[in-house]
Amino acid sequence: MVEVSKDLNVHLAQEAPIPLDAHISCAPGEVLALVGPSGSGKSTILRAIAGLNHIASGHISCNGDVWYDTEANINISTRHRRVGYVFQSYALFPHLSALANIIEALGARPAGEREARARELLELVRLGGLEERYPSELSGGQQQRVAVARALARDPVVLLLDEPFSAVDRATRQRLHLELGQLRSQLRMPVILVTHDLEEAAQLSDRMSILHRGQILQDGAPYEIMSHPASRAVARLIDLKNIFRARVSGQQPAKNITALEWDGITLEAGYHGEFAVGDLVDWVVPSGSVILHRRRGPSRGVRENPVRGIIKNMVRLGEMESVTIKVEGQSEHPLFMAIPAHAAVRNALAPGENIGVSLRGEDIHLMAPNEVDDLA
Amino acid sequence: MDWTAFLLSVKLAAWTIVLLLPLAVIIARHLAWRRYGGKAFVEAALALPLVLPPTVLGYYLLVGLGRASPLGKLYEGLFGTPLVFTFEGLLVASIIFNLPFAVQPMQRAFESISSEVRDAAACCGMAPLRILWRIELPLAWPGIMTAFVLVFAHTIGEFGVVLMVGGSIPGETRTAAIAIYDRVQAFDNAAAGAMSALLLVISLIAIAIANLATSKAGRRRG
Repeated sequence: MVEVSKDLNVHLAQEAPIPLDAHISCAPGEVLALVGPSGSGKSTILRAIAGLNHIASGHISCNGDVWYDTEANINISTRHRRVGYVFQSYALFPHLSALANIIEALGARPAGEREARARELLELVRLGGLEERYPSELSGGQQQRVAVARALARDPVVLLLDEPFSAVDRATRQRLHLELGQLRSQLRMPVILVTHDLEEAAQLSDRMSILHRGQILQDGAPYEIMSHPASRAVARLIDLKNIFRARVSGQQPAKNITALEWDGITLEAGYHGEFAVGDLVDWVVPSGSVILHRRRGPSRGVRENPVRGIIKNMVRLGEMESVTIKVEGQSEHPLFMAIPAHAAVRNALAPGENIGVSLRGEDIHLMAPNEVDDLA
Repeated sequence: MDWTAFLLSVKLAAWTIVLLLPLAVIIARHLAWRRYGGKAFVEAALALPLVLPPTVLGYYLLVGLGRASPLGKLYEGLFGTPLVFTFEGLLVASIIFNLPFAVQPMQRAFESISSEVRDAAACCGMAPLRILWRIELPLAWPGIMTAFVLVFAHTIGEFGVVLMVGGSIPGETRTAAIAIYDRVQAFDNAAAGAMSALLLVISLIAIAIANLATSKAGRRRG
């Protein structure tokens, strides 16, 4: 007896061509982002859910129906799976108008209703008036919206989005993010979003799964993963630059402090009771939680985990300045600090300058150490 | 002017197109999208009629379709007449020597359809036949039109294979190209000239129609 669940449940395992051993589930109305570098298997999982790829071993069920089960020899064809799929290149039918593209996905409805429903869907994605345009006559953002409308046309039981924002410019992407956010309230099915853009995943999803070499390294709410990566590997995948190794030197639960010995520097992190004094740990601190000490006159918080070092490099990224600091007495890789560009100017920061910074203790996150760095 | 020969040529071209184009669609799709060992050999075998001298091809067809061959025997057992030196035999030969002219342009056309577009059609819930009819054939249309014109022109103009397999039986296997040769041999230059001019005009019209059809399809897609 198969448990009837509206969720999408996927378990896939194979050795080649892309190794996979992943289990994901997604509830109706939930947006799950699969995040990982190229070749991590995220598109392979998406295609397998749609029945476009065959995986050596696995089980896929959605809305109570089993779509794929290698043990029971079940493999429902793509066209009977009722998935809505937005492809990276949109894959619109180039010889059909926007309206006709959507009508093709409405085959399950009575012929008399199809055109009216297609027009409704185009209105939903704000393309009313462009029904007769061919894909080549639409902008990238408009093509993406036709693709979304077409994916929704067959009332899918799961919506699959394969890097749907990667082919448009930044401004259009931000607008489309906003529109998808608004559209979400009307979506009642599980939605899987594949992306390598962390910011996009954090913005649009309820839950993120970090994928690497076919395995899910961590699964959780975006904020939870960003602030509490489970391992050095996840920290690197979510682009945390400040990852170091230290030894736990003291535990003070009453003061909410775990003290660390970091190559001669003592740091106070928020309390992490899962480690004992003497344990080796990996620790991370976001570059935005590295606070610059004012160079003229005292500033608040200078006593919180003070660290001194020499500026090795500075890179301006929009409104922010990314500062690379060689920490005094540290042979490990440098510390990165992100500060507003105007603050860097006001403090006359420049390569070669000696500066003091504080590491915000409550933002220091400890992880069990990886003996081998599995991303290397 | 040998109208019988001319009409026979048109009839042969029409039947070749009717029977060969659907077969070529199946072969071309298969070659465009499937990967398997020995595919290069299959492609080479299909391209043979392009490089073999027509008389060599004609000879093998004559042997392969002749009364002593299994195919010839089967046909004679079923229909009571031999296959070679009949219109039907000529049609079989015509389909075989036109294979590369039909398959290759279509294969290129099907190869140009992105796999994502075909995947998207399946994700839209379209049945395979509907995908073929609504998506694949319209997108492969320029290649299909090219195949149409090449097969038509090649059938009208083929001489060596037709002579070997069909002989020159008036009303049965004497096509326009062979009739022109006969007229020249009989020093009837006026008839040969008239028939040649007619074939020239028909070929030109076929190419023009095909070009027009493909450019219209192309314009719509932008």
